[in-house]
Amino acid sequence: MAKTLFINGKEVEFDNEPNLLEVIRKNGFNVPTFCYRPDLTQFGACRMCVVEVVYPNGRTIVNSSCTMPPEEGINVKTNTDRVRKIRKTVLELLLANHDRECTTCDKSGNCELQKYSEEYGVRNIRYAKKDPEKYLPIDHSNPSIVRDPNKCILCGACVRACQEYQGHAVLGFANRGSKTTVGPVAGRELASVDCVYCGQCKAVCPTGALTLVNEVDKVWDEINNPAKKVVVQVAPAVRVALGEMFDMPAGENVIGKIYSAMRKIGFDLVFDTNFAADLTIMEEATEFIERVTKGENLPLFTSCCQAWVRYVETQHPEMINHLSSCKSPQSMLSSLAKYILPKTKEGYTKENTVVVSIMPCTAKKAEIKRKQLTDNGQFDTDYVLTTQEFAQMIKSAGIDLKTIEAEEADSPFGEYTGAATIFGASGGVAEAAARTAYYLITGEEIASDDIVELRGVDKHAYNKDVVLDIKGTKVKVKVVSTLAEAEKAIQAIKAGTADFQLLEVMACPGGCVNGGGQPTSCNTPELRIKRAEGLYNEDKCDTEFRKSHKNKDIIKLYDEYLEKPNSHLAHELLHTTYADEFKGSYKDL
Amino acid sequence: MEVEKNFKTAFAGGFGVVDSILEKYEYKKANLIAILQAIQGEYNYLPEEVIIYLGTKMPLSPATIYGVATFYSQFSLDPKGKYVIKICDGTACHVRGSMPVLNAIKGKLNLKEGQFTSDDGLFTVETVSCLGACGLAPVIVINEKVYPKMTSDAVKTIIDTLLSEERK
Repeated sequence: MAKTLFINGKEVEFDNEPNLLEVIRKNGFNVPTFCYRPDLTQFGACRMCVVEVVYPNGRTIVNSSCTMPPEEGINVKTNTDRVRKIRKTVLELLLANHDRECTTCDKSGNCELQKYSEEYGVRNIRYAKKDPEKYLPIDHSNPSIVRDPNKCILCGACVRACQEYQGHAVLGFANRGSKTTVGPVAGRELASVDCVYCGQCKAVCPTGALTLVNEVDKVWDEINNPAKKVVVQVAPAVRVALGEMFDMPAGENVIGKIYSAMRKIGFDLVFDTNFAADLTIMEEATEFIERVTKGENLPLFTSCCQAWVRYVETQHPEMINHLSSCKSPQSMLSSLAKYILPKTKEGYTKENTVVVSIMPCTAKKAEIKRKQLTDNGQFDTDYVLTTQEFAQMIKSAGIDLKTIEAEEADSPFGEYTGAATIFGASGGVAEAAARTAYYLITGEEIASDDIVELRGVDKHAYNKDVVLDIKGTKVKVKVVSTLAEAEKAIQAIKAGTADFQLLEVMACPGGCVNGGGQPTSCNTPELRIKRAEGLYNEDKCDTEFRKSHKNKDIIKLYDEYLEKPNSHLAHELLHTTYADEFKGSYKDL
Repeated sequence: MEVEKNFKTAFAGGFGVVDSILEKYEYKKANLIAILQAIQGEYNYLPEEVIIYLGTKMPLSPATIYGVATFYSQFSLDPKGKYVIKICDGTACHVRGSMPVLNAIKGKLNLKEGQFTSDDGLFTVETVSCLGACGLAPVIVINEKVYPKMTSDAVKTIIDTLLSEERK
């Protein structure tokens, strides 16, 4: 028989929930939280989730529900005068120490501290306000993340995210008691440590202590400059998440509306990064086959994820030759745009073309500043806006995403196949590569396009091993998300126990659908599952075009310009190099 | 400054000393406190470079190690002098005149406000809450040696003695 307990008088069943908070939320009740994140370890720092617990013998305690295991027969009261007073005092104390300039804060409207202060009606703070003279400096050094220690409430979510997801906590607690702070080692800047720019710290931050580098104004300036031709591309994972910021359900694919909003905003040409994802598969699958044939630099590491690339470069520089030389789809499209548009479209020159990309990712902001991704000193991609920034842009332009009509993307970089769409979920790159590699090796189409073993974005699917049978040849593929899992794979390679030939890595848990630039989802892991479903639904709705080599515009691109995958021109435009230099890294002692 | 010079010479030969300490403690996470103590024993404090170096060698990140090092007051992240003078300012020592003794030391060593280590890098002064030797108040401890019933004059003589030993 299932065990039961009472919540506010209602008898509910529980099973193996890790803590009382989960039981409370599962049964339609709620308590506020700052430090609790379902995918991270429980920490019990913020004390907002306190509840009164009455034991069967009448003893009453007040305890944090996130750290208390559910017990048979207890009566949990989530909304008593006592716990409400405690929560309000917690809020007052946090706010006394907080930089409360809300209107100019990047987190405004999306801040949990702001939200609970409003819900609990905090209008008067009994404690003295922190003297602004004593505010600590804001760290603007990192290309992706801004850190404002004056807005930190010491919940430790960022420290845990960095440690548990990426395995090497660049953020940590320092000092003790009232002097406690969170930050990089020894007061360094976030640009002078081994940060991989994934943005997961920002994604779990309940306040404005960690925010993204907002570049919306710079993009508006480019759009409003008549001398510039501003073209835009949008990544796979954005289309299934953007709708959430406009009251649409998670996973609803709004790509047509995105194209339409982009034109209304004033972008000159609207492209889809999915086109370049198909191109990546053509190049990377060819590269993979070549490496397997020659037996060198195996396993091949995928290189779409900039956080992963940076991780290999800083932590395992001796393994950079394993990384695929393919640029990320974003960078491929940007190079192509600046190479082909001036030849084909009137009014476009290499100098006046500005490429903006809309990405689910904060690391992409760092990627575009790599010196390997420039041409004659000019960056391939000019700006990266995250899903969140793009939503802000749409809203400020007065566009109602929900009601606008869907449109199509522009030629020549607008066509894509289902294989490209699934790039946004962990396992998608490997699945797409398998479909095309099968064809390139055997000349025949793979029997089933669905390689379901490679799918899954929840916390039990951070590590997937699949053996593919390519007409008798067995190819072992390993798919991981989070760098903590990637590190295990690397250790296996170093120990000589790795038996896989392809390693797909996405640094964010579950892949790009859960990227650091996506709408906040740290309290609801189901959101990324719905987003991934949205991608797989688009993949299967057009049965003819589920493989990158079937993309007609890709075939045309090779016919007209690139000749064949990994050709000389393809190498020049679509491939890159990696560096084992440690600028800004711990090894740069 | 003398202290900085000492620091540079300490790292001129790389992190060999740190490596041997790590070897001894098998690079284990559980041994972090012991490792930090051994390193502090070697350098008198925990240099930032060493903390970062540890983070690249141990299964702990530099930020995590820094967190431990700044949590415990036994660890110092600032260079310390050859002689660490701990002056007790617990209740008993305070009422028996620990502050005049502290001022005498500061005057003798030419320490400015907020400065704890003398310019020659020989002496570091710290106040502690209680040394548990209230019967000897006011008391100071220099490195491991306890000096009871201090006065301003006595402490100046002790420092002079140490200085003359240094000059030998």
